[in-house]
Amino acid sequence: MNPFEYVAPSDLREASSLLGTRWGQTEVLAGGTDLVTSLKQGITKPRRVVSLRNIPELKRIQVKKNTVRIGAMVTLKEVAANPTIQEEFPSLVTAIHGIGASQIINAGTIAGDLCQRPRCWYFRNGYGLLAEENGESLVRTGDNRYHAILGNGGSALFVNASSLAPALIALQAEITVVGPADRKREIDTEELYQAPNSAEDREVALRANEIVSEIKLPRENMQNATFEVRHRHGLDWPYATASVALKIRSGIAREASVVLGHVAPTPWRAVAASNLLNGARVDAHLAEAVGQAATQGASPLSGNAYKVQMAKTAVKRALLEATNA
Amino acid sequence: MADVAWPKEGDRSVLGSRIPRQDGPAKVTGAAKYSYDVNRPDMLWGKLVTSPKARAELVAVDTSVAAAIPGVKAVWVDEEMIGDELRYVGQVIACVAAETEEAAIEGAEKVKLQLKALEHQVVDDDASLSTGRPSNKEQGNLDEGFAGSDVVVEGEYGIAVITHCCLEPHGQVTEVNQEGELHVWPSTQNVSRYANQFGDEIEIPQNKIHVDTQYMGGGFGSKFNVDKWGVIGAKLSQETGRPVKIMLDRREELMIAGNRPSGFAKVKVGLQQNGLINAVDAEVWGSGGRGAFRAPPVPYVFTKVPNTRLVGKGIRTNRGGARAWRAPNHPQGCLLTMSAVDDAAAALGMDSLEFFMKNAALTDRPEVYREELQIAANIIGYRQKAHLRGDSGSGPVKRGLGISMHTWGGRGHPSECDVTINSDGSVEAKMGSQDLGTGTRTCIAMVVAETLGLPYEAITVHIGRNSYPQSGASGGSTTIGGISVSARRAATDALNDLLKTVAGRLGTTDDKLEASAGRIHQVEKPGGGVSWREACSMLGPNSITKRGINDPGESQKEGLISAGVGGVQIADVSVDVETGIVTMNEMVAVQDCGLIVNMKLAESQVYGALIMGITYALYEESIYDSKTGIMLNPDMEFYRLAGIKDVGQLRVHMMTGQGYDDRGIIGIGEPPAISPGAAISNAVANACGVRVPNLPLTPERVIAALQKGGDIA
Repeated sequence: MNPFEYVAPSDLREASSLLGTRWGQTEVLAGGTDLVTSLKQGITKPRRVVSLRNIPELKRIQVKKNTVRIGAMVTLKEVAANPTIQEEFPSLVTAIHGIGASQIINAGTIAGDLCQRPRCWYFRNGYGLLAEENGESLVRTGDNRYHAILGNGGSALFVNASSLAPALIALQAEITVVGPADRKREIDTEELYQAPNSAEDREVALRANEIVSEIKLPRENMQNATFEVRHRHGLDWPYATASVALKIRSGIAREASVVLGHVAPTPWRAVAASNLLNGARVDAHLAEAVGQAATQGASPLSGNAYKVQMAKTAVKRALLEATNA
Repeated sequence: MADVAWPKEGDRSVLGSRIPRQDGPAKVTGAAKYSYDVNRPDMLWGKLVTSPKARAELVAVDTSVAAAIPGVKAVWVDEEMIGDELRYVGQVIACVAAETEEAAIEGAEKVKLQLKALEHQVVDDDASLSTGRPSNKEQGNLDEGFAGSDVVVEGEYGIAVITHCCLEPHGQVTEVNQEGELHVWPSTQNVSRYANQFGDEIEIPQNKIHVDTQYMGGGFGSKFNVDKWGVIGAKLSQETGRPVKIMLDRREELMIAGNRPSGFAKVKVGLQQNGLINAVDAEVWGSGGRGAFRAPPVPYVFTKVPNTRLVGKGIRTNRGGARAWRAPNHPQGCLLTMSAVDDAAAALGMDSLEFFMKNAALTDRPEVYREELQIAANIIGYRQKAHLRGDSGSGPVKRGLGISMHTWGGRGHPSECDVTINSDGSVEAKMGSQDLGTGTRTCIAMVVAETLGLPYEAITVHIGRNSYPQSGASGGSTTIGGISVSARRAATDALNDLLKTVAGRLGTTDDKLEASAGRIHQVEKPGGGVSWREACSMLGPNSITKRGINDPGESQKEGLISAGVGGVQIADVSVDVETGIVTMNEMVAVQDCGLIVNMKLAESQVYGALIMGITYALYEESIYDSKTGIMLNPDMEFYRLAGIKDVGQLRVHMMTGQGYDDRGIIGIGEPPAISPGAAISNAVANACGVRVPNLPLTPERVIAALQKGGDIA
């Protein structure tokens, strides 16, 4: 681990001002479950680490009439234990329990989950975010069993690692981002992510000195569910995840969102699947077709065609669970 | 007079009971100090510098920047390697010793290696990459064997390279004192024969090397050696005059501390209409790294198949080397054989249990296997649950059963033990063995207690030092036989000495005395005579120390130990054919291992083996990247191990009583680790109707097999 300066300001504005303008100069520390190992393995070598632990406003869950607002530093355990969230957003609770490791659920935070770095094993072995050697992708010709099957036409072939992003996108959550001089902006969760084209870029569409401060969930009475295809019960990454949120009126699906996780460099909104769903009556037959539609356009790499089957199944099962069909 | 023969059933007071392991509380509270926990005053931390390339020429090593880092005290470089070829990622080149672990890591990162890249080869599953002349073993006449078969089935099967993944990695603390004597606290399964491995590498004679391993966190066959890091530690301690701790990190542990070679095969099986195996033709290939490849036995267990051929082709790879892993070559041979013959049974439309029952005739111990098959089938409810392959109903989750059988040797390694009876009645046993985690301490105390007619708690056991009488390495299921016999002989001789003294004082002869329930008394008059303490007080100022020796050949002739066991396992799994996920429902292991010293510890060995077996059946695999030559999963994230929720219900049945107890003691470490892969693979095939050819049975492999079989869109 390289030596670095450690600061833990008590104010969000100050925290932002302590961050560098270029990625890699500084890192934000939340729960530390990803950052600490990345520091130890030399995946990142910042000059300064800015901890958010002393900023009280980031640690609150506020249940309002029309929204639930979750501070960036609220732990995954606290999110999953909140009665309103349990009642109204089961898809989030499922995604948290799916993480499997009590240590990560206890120490990890909601914003940390959203901003964690990809698990691509070339990246984690020091080959950079895009895993290129002499300008060529190691992933395309190498072992890509855990890599992207969708959105993989560019340089980024890793899969986004967030467990919660698909559910938050399906639930139309908004993210508050704070930059220097108290510049605040609100974005859709989907807009937090990008597929980078350069190893110097990041997979989050933030400036290096911006901090996620809050996640705002609209209380829209959406029926929602997450289904993860995972191998082990303990700490393990899903092979594919699907989150579904929709309203059912007179037996007909409305305002449906279908979002896949762990299949693309970003959480993947399955537009064709949502379109098929809206205005239709949900049954096992439709669920099958929606699953099929969700993986439309998938272009598996040499070793991950199996993930198409998994993604289809995840969508089908999430939909059936959300609608109790 | 006491006799060394093991007491008969009904005459045993301690042997065979379910005493919890002595060091359990110390281990769960953290009071037990493993080698990794040893911290000496003024100790330095050593960090290895290893090859980043799978193959390269080591042109030069520049340590100047590393040596200048604050806290770095010494940098050792293997000068003989300069100009040589590096042959795998992780190969040890140098080591940095520093005041803190962080400084050592930083120092190691700053050692500059000048390398000239060479082409590497890390692929282990492609038979066309094999080199050297294939091995060839034949029995009977293969052509006639297939011509005389009613059903002939061909298939390809495989089992991946895995590593030992010891929870406590390899390594040691070394310290050279002012007298120039070397103290080592290694994580080893070979205390007595550790010191002599230093050879000429360091100029310290063996009688000045003190080895101490009180607790160690797993070896599984990978911790017999001093290893290069042991020699480096000793050298750095000599150079700096300070203790040095070198423990591998997880990445190194998974790359360079040993592996279990892979085994892939094309197997052709010929069956007669009645289900008997008539011919097996196997071409096997695989690799454990740079070393030679020994073809796993196919057919395994069914040694009496009349017509067989086994061709073995080794592949050399630029990967860390193989080491013994529980029952070397047996898990591979077992998977390749049991999958192939079960496929043949399915092709014949024959129930697997019936098939294995019938073919038990082709093994070395038909009666044992038949009895065990019957018991295993009863425990798992085979007849209620069984169905023919693939006949598992509608719905995406399919359930199936799979059977496997295995064998192993055992016996007991050479071992010496001193038992001392003191005049205050206290008793101690000393032995240079080690507790690999199996409960060796507890078993020694039990044997001595049984022999002296004392409660188990009355015995103090000292092990783990090379100053104690020599005992063999803990490997190959030889420990329990070795340590039990040497302890039994020492305790018997010591007791007989005591009986002589007591006989004189009681005015009788020693042949009329025996020890039981804490007293020395006339034969068959328990409760009379004198208490153990009174008897020992008759020794006056003296104590009795006797050395017991296990000579394996002699002890086997006397029936104290034996070799050759059979075991049967049945797995019950569910396969989600839409996701490819395999879930363990239940696993039954039926095992014989002769006379059981401690029933609870013997069962624990089997439980552990099942968990390890489920792990390599479903999850575990050493994955290398052919282009870069690196291991892609040298971590506990993608090098997956089963957790407790992943293993399902485990049931263990140990064979005891007539025909088993009277064989003497046989080890248990290897046998139950052999069958899980095959039993689970057969269960998955039974559930989903197609064979998933290669272990681990990951969802990607299950889906691929289903798609190939046309069972999935």
